[in-house]
Parts: sequence; structure tokens; C-alpha cells
Amino acid sequence: MERGGVLSGRLHLNTSVSLCRVCSGARLCQRRSCTMNEAQLGSVAPAQMHTRLHLKTYFLIAVMVVAGPIGNLLIAKAMKQTGPIKYWPPSDLLHVFLHVFGSFTIWAGIACLITFIVAFMLALSVADYSYVQPAAALGYVMIALLGVFVLGEKVSPLHWAGIAIICLGVSFIRGTHPRTTENPD
Amino acid sequence: MTLEYILFALIIVVGTGGELCLGRAMKQTGELEKFSPSAVITLLGRALRVKWIWIGVAMMATAFFSLLLLLSFEDVSFVVPVTALSYLVGALGGIFFLGERVSWQRWIGIALVCVGVTLVVISR
Repeated sequence: MERGGVLSGRLHLNTSVSLCRVCSGARLCQRRSCTMNEAQLGSVAPAQMHTRLHLKTYFLIAVMVVAGPIGNLLIAKAMKQTGPIKYWPPSDLLHVFLHVFGSFTIWAGIACLITFIVAFMLALSVADYSYVQPAAALGYVMIALLGVFVLGEKVSPLHWAGIAIICLGVSFIRGTHPRTTENPD
Repeated sequence: MTLEYILFALIIVVGTGGELCLGRAMKQTGELEKFSPSAVITLLGRALRVKWIWIGVAMMATAFFSLLLLLSFEDVSFVVPVTALSYLVGALGGIFFLGERVSWQRWIGIALVCVGVTLVVISR
């Protein structure tokens, strides 16, 4: 049987048995030497584990792409509702503070940004930084879509061209293996 | 003018560096195995005990306040090189700090994302 390669210390792909549904397992062979034998492969089907790695990465990046722009939008909205901020006397600043943090919008925005950072951390636990960071640029697509469909803004052709190029770039990144390092444990 | 360049470099290097430290911490923490609330909380709790996470958070906060300071006396046009360069710094950091292998295909993707993000930012 031909050995496909190693994803991490635990995840092996046996190419003759089954292939990853997402990338056909062809890009799995990234480690130069493989020292694990058949008995160490464990009971979980490696290709299935490999598919799960892709799906987990996609899901977490999708959460980042949706939650980040919506969070920023909500916080911007909450801050604009207050109007220009007066810093003096301090009682005015306190009034602004209470007004901002008394609104539902700001807390919804903060919740979205917490969701974003948690999804970012979880994504980094699964995939490479050099995969997650450029893929998260899909957030710009989300911002444009929110602008058009929620805020009713006009988006210029140059802006759409940039969005098309981002999508093309992310499709190239999607073709690479999400994780090229191994777990230290 | 010098102060502007220092802040400019701070935002790129420290901001992206902070995210890279977060990446280093999460690689040490281990992979999220399943999407249950308890698994997520356990993983985050383990991550908070890794020193890199706190170095990363401190660096990201520094970059954020540098950005606010720069925005107070500079217009937003400098945002273009900041966003484009952060992808380059991120990829190099991934290679040299995190030991990731960036294939030619991923480099093409990163370059295209840089171009696309630059177009999006300048078209505003």
C-alpha cells in the first residue's frame, strides 16, 4: 500500500484506502519523512480527519468574515448615534459614556467582535497563520455586500474589481493545505 | 515626519507580530477537535496560560493605539500601504516565526489578496 503522507503526528493519509473529499488528499504529502507505521495510525479514518480539518477551517473563517464587519458596523452605528463628543466638563463625557453603553447596538457590536476574535484564535489552532490571514480578507467582500444590501450604498467598479481579485486570491490559497506545521505534542 | 514613519512601522510590524504571537500560542495549545461549547472553553482556557497570547495581546493593543495616534494627525491615505504590507509581513512571519511552509500557490494567492485589498481601500 502506498503511503500518502503525514498531516500532523496523528493524521495520516493512506492514499490507497480513501481520499479527502475536499482536496483529494493530493496535497497532504508535505512532511519529508514519515516515521509512523500502520499500527500507529489509529482507528479514525485519516481521510475523514483530513476532510474535517478543511471543514473546520472553512467554518471558522466564515464566522470571522461575517462577525468582524458586522461588529465594526454596529459599533460605528452606536458611536454615531451620540453625535459629536464633548470632553469637558467631565459630567458631559459621563453622559456620552452612559448613552453609548446603554444602547443595545454597542453590546451587539462587542459580542460580534468577541465572536470574531474567538473564531480567529480557534482558526489559528487548526490552520496556518499564512492561510487564515489572507483568507480573512473575504471580510472586505462582506463589507461591500453589507454596504449595498443593508446601507444602500453605491459601490464603484474599481471596488468590485478589487473584490473579484480578493476572491481569486483566496481561491488560490484555498488550494493549498491549511496546515503545514505539526502539533508539538 | 520621522514620528510618522516610526508609527507606520509599529502598526505593520507590531500589529501583524501580535497576530503571529497569537498563532504561536494557538499552535502550542493544540487543535480544536470538535465544536462543542465545553471543547471551545477548555481550549481557550488552555490558550490563556500560554505566555505568547499575552505578548500578542499587548502588541496588538500597542498597534491599535499607534493607529489612533497616527489617525489624529494624518489622513487615511496611509492605510493603503499598511494593509498591503501586513499580508507580506504576515506571510514572512508565518515562515520564519511559525515554521509554516508557504508554497508558490499560496504566495500567488497572497499577492492577489494584496492587490485586491489595495484596490478596495483606494476606491473608497
